Amino acid sequence: MKRFLMPIFGSLFAASTAHAAENFRTGVNLPVGVTDISSLIFDLHMFVFWICVAIGVVVFAAMIIAMIKFRKSKGAVPATWSHSTVAEIIWTVIPIFILISLAVPAARALVEIEDTRDTEMTIKITGYQWKWHYDYIGEDVNFYSSLAQSSNEARQLGSGIDPNSVENYLLDVDHPLVLPVDTKIRYLITANDVIHSWWMPAFAVKKDAIPGFINEGWFKVNEIGTYRGQCAELCGKDHGFMPIVVEVLSKADYAAWLAEQSAGVAG
Amino acid sequence: MSATAADIQDSHDHHGPAHTGIKRWLFTTNHKDIGTLYLVFSLIMLFVGGAMALIIRAELFQPGLQFVDPDFFNQMTTLHALIMVFGMIMPAFAGFANWMIPLMIGAPDMALPRLNNWSFWLLPCAVILLASTLFMPGGAPASGWTMYPPLVLQTGDAFPFLIFAVHLLGISSIMAAINIIVTILNMRTPSMSLLQMPLFVWSWLITAYLLIAVMPVFAGGVTMLLMDQFFGTSFFQAAGGGDPVLFQHIFWFFGHPEVYIIILPSFGIISQVIPTFSRKPLFGHDAMVYATASIAFLSFIVWAHHMFTVGMPLAGQMFFMLSTMLIAIPTGVKIFNWTATMWEGSLSFETPMLFAIAFLFLFTIGGFSGLMMAMAPLDFQYHDTYFIVAHFHYVLVPGALFGAIAGCYYWLPKWTGHMYDERLGKIHFWLSAIFVNLTFFPQHFVGLAGMPRRIPDYAVQFTNFNAMSSIGAFGFGFSQLLLVYVIYKCVKSGQKATAEVWDNPEGLEWTVPSPAPHHTFDEAPLYTPRHH
Repeated sequence: MKRFLMPIFGSLFAASTAHAAENFRTGVNLPVGVTDISSLIFDLHMFVFWICVAIGVVVFAAMIIAMIKFRKSKGAVPATWSHSTVAEIIWTVIPIFILISLAVPAARALVEIEDTRDTEMTIKITGYQWKWHYDYIGEDVNFYSSLAQSSNEARQLGSGIDPNSVENYLLDVDHPLVLPVDTKIRYLITANDVIHSWWMPAFAVKKDAIPGFINEGWFKVNEIGTYRGQCAELCGKDHGFMPIVVEVLSKADYAAWLAEQSAGVAG
Repeated sequence: MSATAADIQDSHDHHGPAHTGIKRWLFTTNHKDIGTLYLVFSLIMLFVGGAMALIIRAELFQPGLQFVDPDFFNQMTTLHALIMVFGMIMPAFAGFANWMIPLMIGAPDMALPRLNNWSFWLLPCAVILLASTLFMPGGAPASGWTMYPPLVLQTGDAFPFLIFAVHLLGISSIMAAINIIVTILNMRTPSMSLLQMPLFVWSWLITAYLLIAVMPVFAGGVTMLLMDQFFGTSFFQAAGGGDPVLFQHIFWFFGHPEVYIIILPSFGIISQVIPTFSRKPLFGHDAMVYATASIAFLSFIVWAHHMFTVGMPLAGQMFFMLSTMLIAIPTGVKIFNWTATMWEGSLSFETPMLFAIAFLFLFTIGGFSGLMMAMAPLDFQYHDTYFIVAHFHYVLVPGALFGAIAGCYYWLPKWTGHMYDERLGKIHFWLSAIFVNLTFFPQHFVGLAGMPRRIPDYAVQFTNFNAMSSIGAFGFGFSQLLLVYVIYKCVKSGQKATAEVWDNPEGLEWTVPSPAPHHTFDEAPLYTPRHH
């Protein structure tokens, strides 16, 4: 019972318990991310968010003022007018300008995202029910990447293992994708069975893996670190259990890792 | 002579249903009886689909799997969506159309009464067929209501039943749409011009055209799935030269207009309710009609914004982004016009008005997240996360469903002849409005923070918002029992309603007594527009 009450307690008194506060800190917004594209998208997201807030303030204020000022219980007498061409033109034209101010940066971002020229290396990602396969094109390195054993045990129905005790619950894999920092990496993506989608929030990359077709895209990570994501397209019973982990290393460490892997395969 | 005419008129007014008991409902061709059937069916489905939502929310209350296995979880998300869309909200608006369109345009009944009976009775058959899949080997469909291949082809024995159920639902909708169009165009009282028609009637006329345009496309798409599964075709199978993404194009060519098929009748109801309780005519009546028609037109050219991540060419992404953003203009016109209707009115806040105002606020929030998602680069982050779950539930629950509930309270006295219990209605409103936000608002946060949709279990940092959401869902679900009680009480008892019910509302439906007699408008009434 305590396990069930904790979240209620946690959500209602978040500020008062350290544990809950910890959980809340993990985010109510998009990550800024570690690629130029992800910060571009984050800025655009905040821009449209504040525009929505501004429109919301005006529209909701008008509604609230109408509800307070024009109440029958306060003796309001209804007017009889029912159109105003000027008002209608104003609130058709202003949104057009707002939309243009949104569409221009969005279109620019889109062009930048789709620019796959000058990539320095290529990986191939293949979705399987329910794991990922990574292939380093031109190198003799490829491997499957599945949900980490610790998470897999805890996530079974009635396992009795508290997910809070598992490190990176559902966001950990046995073999992470290892990549170099500051490198424009092209990815090719496909699937072997059903449609999957490779989503790495920190890179702002989400691309469907479609059986029989190859999609492509790119990213260039600016910071060394470990990044976590998940499959984003419903792909059957274990759709929630095929996470993505990318370990971004310095170029030297990556070269060493690659040599070690190649040797391992050869041996 | 005049006495004889009065007698005939009198005997006609008291002419009740031809059959009694179960036969009355099975064989009825009366638009009011069929409207009632649709509405009752929809209310039952609200609880069936709602129970499935509560299974989903119970499992998501905290991380780890406590109650159901992942496959059953996926069956629940799939059936919840199919039942709520095709079994609950669409029949609810078909019920309003049946009851109110003839009354609002001064027609004696729907144009095609026997077709009307058939289109209703196909619905329970389709839903029973769909629900029976829960007991089949392999379980119910678990591919999501979008039924994307190749995943949907992994469905067990349920697969052909799913397709057949969709066919039946589609046939039912198409027949209802034909009936509504013919009724509006041919049976309208001659003194009412097209542009004078109430907004609810206009919304349904446009909705009916959308239904006729896209339902056959959807039926074709699912039939192609059936062929791929059983007859060796490869429409959607890459191994045979097909393309899985083709199905997504077909589905969303249906699916996006479908979104408006759900919301436009709700817009129509809100456009009836707000003027009545503002005691002021609807602002910009004609502009509202044109805005509705523009939204309907745009709905045909925006479908691929549901699939920005499938790997479309840049030009395609650009087109669908820009066309989608355009929808904000006519939708904005609607929101502004409703607000302008309230401006300088004389507002009172009976339950229908409360739901209509909540609609204005919360649908607008759903519109904002919609605008954000229209921007393709941003959608790469939002797509298939809880952010979109929050978005479409904001437009469907406090949007479409609140519109239906507003309409229910608004016309309930006309249907039953009694006033509903205003105090209970207001309690129902406040519970619904609070819990709906508790349920869906936190989903924006977990979505942005990285939680994908359609997962039975999640990383622990999403725990608190999911717990809130689950508490909200249970609160919202159980609050709807109060709606059932209010309706029951209103049918059985309550203060006698006058013909007008409200304070001098506009429309022909308020010229007939409450409850509306079994047969109305045997002769075309004279419609005199109050303001135009």
